[in-house]
Amino acid sequence: MCLAIPGKILDVRDGDEWQRTGRVDFGGVVKEVSLALVPDAGVGVYVLVHVGMALSTIGEAEAQEVFAYLRQLEPEDVP
Amino acid sequence: MKYLDEYRDAEGARKFASLLARITTRPWTIMEVCGGQTHAIVRFGIDELLPSGITLVHGPGCPVCVTPIEMVDRAIAIARRPEVIFCSFGDMMRVPGTCSDLLRVKAEGGDVRMIYAPIDALEIAARNPDKQIVFFAVGFETTAPANALAVYQARRRGLRNFSMLVSQVLVPPAMQAILEAPRCRVQGFLAAGHVCAVMGIDAYGPLAARFGVPIVVTGFEPLDILHGITMCVQQLEEGRVEVENQYVRAVRPEGNRRARDLLAEVFCVVPREWRGIGEIPLSGLSLRPEYSDFDAERRFPAEVDSRRSIEPSLCISGEILQGLKKPSECPAFGRQCTPESPLGATMVSSEGACAAYYRYRHVRTEATTDGA
Ligand code: SF4
Repeated sequence: MCLAIPGKILDVRDGDEWQRTGRVDFGGVVKEVSLALVPDAGVGVYVLVHVGMALSTIGEAEAQEVFAYLRQLEPEDVP
Repeated sequence: MKYLDEYRDAEGARKFASLLARITTRPWTIMEVCGGQTHAIVRFGIDELLPSGITLVHGPGCPVCVTPIEMVDRAIAIARRPEVIFCSFGDMMRVPGTCSDLLRVKAEGGDVRMIYAPIDALEIAARNPDKQIVFFAVGFETTAPANALAVYQARRRGLRNFSMLVSQVLVPPAMQAILEAPRCRVQGFLAAGHVCAVMGIDAYGPLAARFGVPIVVTGFEPLDILHGITMCVQQLEEGRVEVENQYVRAVRPEGNRRARDLLAEVFCVVPREWRGIGEIPLSGLSLRPEYSDFDAERRFPAEVDSRRSIEPSLCISGEILQGLKKPSECPAFGRQCTPESPLGATMVSSEGACAAYYRYRHVRTEATTDGA
C-alpha cells in the first residue's frame, strides 16, 4: 500500500494552496491528483503519486544515476 | 512507462549480479524494510540473482500487516453502526479481525466503501449530511500526508460528520526495535524510499551510528533494489557505516518540507502497538488535541474489549515481520492459510511477505520446503 507511481502532469488547477490539483498521466491512465505538496511542479513535470497525492517531483538528472553507475562498471562485471 | 520500465532492464540486473558476486567475500544479512520492496524482490526473483552468501530478510514495512487486530476489531464495530458510512483503502477490507472483516460487514448490509484517495471521503461526507463518515487512516509516513490533508480540509470546511480512525505508524522506531531485539541478525538496511521522500533521511544517521549498520535509502524497481544492495554490501565489505541515498531521483535529504509541516500541524507522535510485534515507543501518530473532534475513537468510544482481540495461534507473522523467519517456515503456509482464507495479515496484503511468497513461490516452496 506504500506503492507510489511516477506520472506526468498534464494540467494544473490552482485553488488555494492546499487545493492545488491537476491531471496526471500514468502511461495512458489519467487521474486527478492533489499537487498541494509540490507547489512548484508544473505541466510536463513527473511526480511520484501515492493515494491521490503527489509526494515529490522526479529529478530528471538524478534519474540517470543508476545507468551512469552501470556504465562505469569494470569490464569483468559485464556478463 | 517513463521512470518505471527502464529500471526493470534485465541486462542491468545481470551486471549488478556479477558485480555483487565479485565484491562479496563474506555472508551478509540485509533487511529490506518496505513491503513494496519485498513484493518486487519476490516477484522479480531478485534474491535468486544474489551470491549465496547474501540473505535478504523481509521487514515490517506493510501497514496493512502491522495494524493491530484490536484496531481492526474497532473498525468492524464502527462499520456495523447503522448511521456510519465506513471508508477504507481496499487492502484493509479483507484483513481478519478476531471474528470478522470489513468485507463481511459489507456483505451483511453495512455501508463500507473502498476509496482510492482519503480526500474522496470528504466528498462522501458533504453529500451525506445525515450520515457519519469514518475513514480508516492506516499507513506509514508515505500515506500520512494524504490522511493529514483529509482531516485538515474537513476542519477547514466544517464537515462535522467526518472522523478518522487513526492507525498511523512510523518506520525508524520499528527499525530501532528490530535492531534492539536479542535475536536480531540484520547487518544492513535498505530503507524505504517513499517514506524518505516525505520525511527525509535525517532520522537514520543516529540509528546507523548507534547500531553500526549501514542504511541505504532505496527505490522500488529491480535496478533500484540491486543498486541499493550493492551500495550496502560495498559498505559492509569496506567496514563503513553510513547513510546513503540510492533513490536520489525522488528523495531529497530534507524530504518534503510542506508534507512535514502538514503532518506536524495535524498529528503528534505516540506509542503504537504493531500487530505481531507489540508496542513500540514513539512509533505512531495520533491526532493533535486541536483535531480531537475528528477522532473516531472518541466519537464512537469503547466498542472493543482489547483483551478479547485474539490472534490465531498458528500464525508466526510476528516473527516474519521482524525478519526472524520466512513464510515458508510457517506450518500453516499454503495449507490452513492462503490468500483466500488468510489467518494472518501478512497473507492478506499483496505487500505482506506471506502473500508474495504464495503468489510467486508457492509451487517451489511446496516442492523444496525451505523456499527462499
Ligand atoms: S502463512 Fe499465514 S499463518 Fe503463516 S505466518 Fe503467514 S499469515 Fe500467518
